[in-house]
Amino acid sequence: MSTLVAPKKEAADSIFNDKNLHAKNKVYQTKELNLWYGSNHALKQINLDIYENEVTAIIGPSGCGKSTYIKALNRMIEMVPSVKTSGEIQYRGRNIFDKRYGVEELRTKVGMVFQKPNPFPKSIYENVVYGPRIHGIRDKKVLNQIVEKSLKGAALWDEVKDRLQDNAYGLSGGQQQRLCIARCLAIEPDVILMDEPTSALDPISTLKVEELVQILKKEYSIIIVTHNMQQAARISDRTAFFLNGEVVEFAETDKIFSNPTDKRTEDYITGRFG
Amino acid sequence: MNLHQEEKAISVQELIQQKKSKSQNKIKSEKIVPVILLLTAIVSVLTTIGIVVTLFVETTTFFSHVSIKEFFTAQKWYPFSETQGSYGILPLISGTLKVALIAAVVAVPIGLAVAIFLSEYASDRTRRVIKPILEVLAGIPTIVYGFFALTFVTPVLREMIPSLQIFNALSPGIVIGIMITPMIASLSEDAMSSVPKVMKEGAYALGATKLEVAIKIVIPAAVSGIVASIVLAISRAIGETMIVAVAGGSTPNLSFDVTSSIQTMTAYIVQVSQGDAGYGTTIYYSIYAVGFTLFIFTLFMNMLAQFISKRFREEY
Amino acid sequence: MKLINHDQVLKKMSPRKWKNSVFKGLFMFATALALVVLAILLYRIITQGIGYLDWQFLQSLPSRNPEQAGIKTALIGTIWLMGVVAPVTLILGVGTAIYLEEYASKNKFTSLIQINISNLAGVPSIVFGLLGLTVFVRALTLGTSVLAAGLTMSLLVLPIIIVASQEAIRSVPMELREASFGMGANKWQTIVRVVMPAALPGILTGTILALSRAIGETAPLVVLGLPLFLAFLPQSVFDMFTVLPMQIYNWTSRPQEEFHAVAAGGIIVLLIMLIVMNSIAVLIRNKFQKRF
Repeated sequence: MSTLVAPKKEAADSIFNDKNLHAKNKVYQTKELNLWYGSNHALKQINLDIYENEVTAIIGPSGCGKSTYIKALNRMIEMVPSVKTSGEIQYRGRNIFDKRYGVEELRTKVGMVFQKPNPFPKSIYENVVYGPRIHGIRDKKVLNQIVEKSLKGAALWDEVKDRLQDNAYGLSGGQQQRLCIARCLAIEPDVILMDEPTSALDPISTLKVEELVQILKKEYSIIIVTHNMQQAARISDRTAFFLNGEVVEFAETDKIFSNPTDKRTEDYITGRFG
Repeated sequence: MNLHQEEKAISVQELIQQKKSKSQNKIKSEKIVPVILLLTAIVSVLTTIGIVVTLFVETTTFFSHVSIKEFFTAQKWYPFSETQGSYGILPLISGTLKVALIAAVVAVPIGLAVAIFLSEYASDRTRRVIKPILEVLAGIPTIVYGFFALTFVTPVLREMIPSLQIFNALSPGIVIGIMITPMIASLSEDAMSSVPKVMKEGAYALGATKLEVAIKIVIPAAVSGIVASIVLAISRAIGETMIVAVAGGSTPNLSFDVTSSIQTMTAYIVQVSQGDAGYGTTIYYSIYAVGFTLFIFTLFMNMLAQFISKRFREEY
Repeated sequence: MKLINHDQVLKKMSPRKWKNSVFKGLFMFATALALVVLAILLYRIITQGIGYLDWQFLQSLPSRNPEQAGIKTALIGTIWLMGVVAPVTLILGVGTAIYLEEYASKNKFTSLIQINISNLAGVPSIVFGLLGLTVFVRALTLGTSVLAAGLTMSLLVLPIIIVASQEAIRSVPMELREASFGMGANKWQTIVRVVMPAALPGILTGTILALSRAIGETAPLVVLGLPLFLAFLPQSVFDMFTVLPMQIYNWTSRPQEEFHAVAAGGIIVLLIMLIVMNSIAVLIRNKFQKRF
């Protein structure tokens, strides 16, 4: 199945070069990415690779560009007027900024979970089938299967299976967020982007989402932006530290948290700033 | 789990791909839809252009029959006289302004008092009861107000002022005042309630009474919104038609008398429209000239209101 | 030395409080006055017109004899008018609102449309009558038909529905749109499937308010030349017709007292229609308030 680029030009575009690197396929390759909001240079020369079936955490103080970066990965960033980019983000070997690359196509492959739970004001069922429906799947049987599978995948099925027709707004915040994850799973994406998915949740709901992420990474590649360093340490395989629009350090999570190379990473992790 | 995996391999993403290739017209709709929506948005612009062009063209025709000088300076409006017809709009303007002034005298104090009461004195519950009632008052069709003016207000006034004619400026003026009161009240109340609470609390903490807070803090801070609401309401009064057509009469005159029959610009247009002034006669075109004058009056006042509320908006 | 004499302040306190109470009384009086006027208006109309209000009144054609006069033609005409105004304003109004809120970039042209809409809302209704007379009745030779009147009224109430729809669309949270885009939906899918359903209550409320304005208006229809008296029903949108306010105007301007009572009967019917429509609007508003 894999029509992927052979990871040959590694050293040039990746600052780090550890041994496991070649073992896994790259989902995303970011090359010399720059991004401006008007005259504000928000992302500077980003080079970053995302690997298959891993959880990649992006950390950094607020305003460091971590949210901007994750929104660039499915081109949601283009909803902000006056955004300009240079450089490339390759998804499975294709530059997503290519004019011929349909943004809708990209987003059917790359799902996103947002900061605040944002279910539609519809029933639980309708929320889950939203994605498949807009992409033209109308067969009732298939839709029912998708609903069950996605809700199970998001560890929500047992809680809601008897009230699929209830309005999604009746769910608790944590359930709503898992519903949003289910909604995202319904189109069976390849990658799941999570933009501070637990920042609006209580600790117990947060725990459930974190457990879920561990399960999901068996099938999906996950990129998670978080302001919570413990969370990054708990759930991610690899961590990128962003500061002022630059990637300061990108390495395996254990290494970043135990033995950071850069002084600024150490300062941030030990809580000296941010 | 194995089965699960296999199922995934054939399902959703592949289904999506199949559907995608079938429905390429989806992309077309993405291009056509904004154009259609833009066309609907242009209808409102075309309406304005239509109004201006219509009024302008027909008024030009009118001025080929009647001189501009006569229209603006003659003291008499006698369009129906064959021999000594006179088209001086001043009497119609005077009738219009007389009615609007009476309306303002009624509506401004009451409207402002209601606004102050609602925003500063009334409890939440009272406000929740009274505001919908005011909305009802604002939603009553003008023909109903006209009926009320003619069959109730005029007879009552005639008890008090025996010299009052059946058709007069006073009764429709008062009733238009009643009609625009909710408008002044609710727009002014909006302006007053948007004055930040901290400003008021500062004054209350110093021992000011509610009246002092209302007059010294709230009204000065909300003055642009209040004035704009008054200007808008008077503009409504100037353009009001059915109340004056029913209760004002059809005698254009240039005087300050409020007890005798008058005619406003709007009432004249109604009078001609109901009669059988044939298409193409001077009288037919005269309604456009009068309509144009009316349009300019109200346009000016609406722009004034917008200017006031923009120019003097308080930035909190 | 104390700069403030507290005894003095306290002494002045009571006249200040007294003044406050007097003015509070005045403000309350003014508010009560507005309510009393409404009560008198309704009381007068009901006592005058209730006697005429029966099944026969609704089913009879207008007549020279007040005892036999009815509002059938006018009532049915009003319903025909709504039949034209509702779809036309809904399409134009919602279309404009979607364009302005979702597609238009914030440039000069957009703000021109926006300013134009707010100015259009302030144009006196009779001026719309002059526009309709020239364009629909004469230039397009629609005559005093349901269609000509309906189109004129649609333009008149268009600003109401545009503004209401814009507010409704604006109140749909950005997160919902993001969620939809995030699944690969395109703009139009997002608007149709997410934004519109969420904005629907607000749009419906605005539509009902616009319609209730349209069925209460008289002046533009007088200018169009709608008949004050009509003894047959329209069969299509190209037929002549009349509406309730025109019929009420006709009866009000007659000198005979009896016809005033008939007019009051017509007003009661018109007001009942308006109250029903507004109650529906309020119900919708309350049911769907604060969902986000």
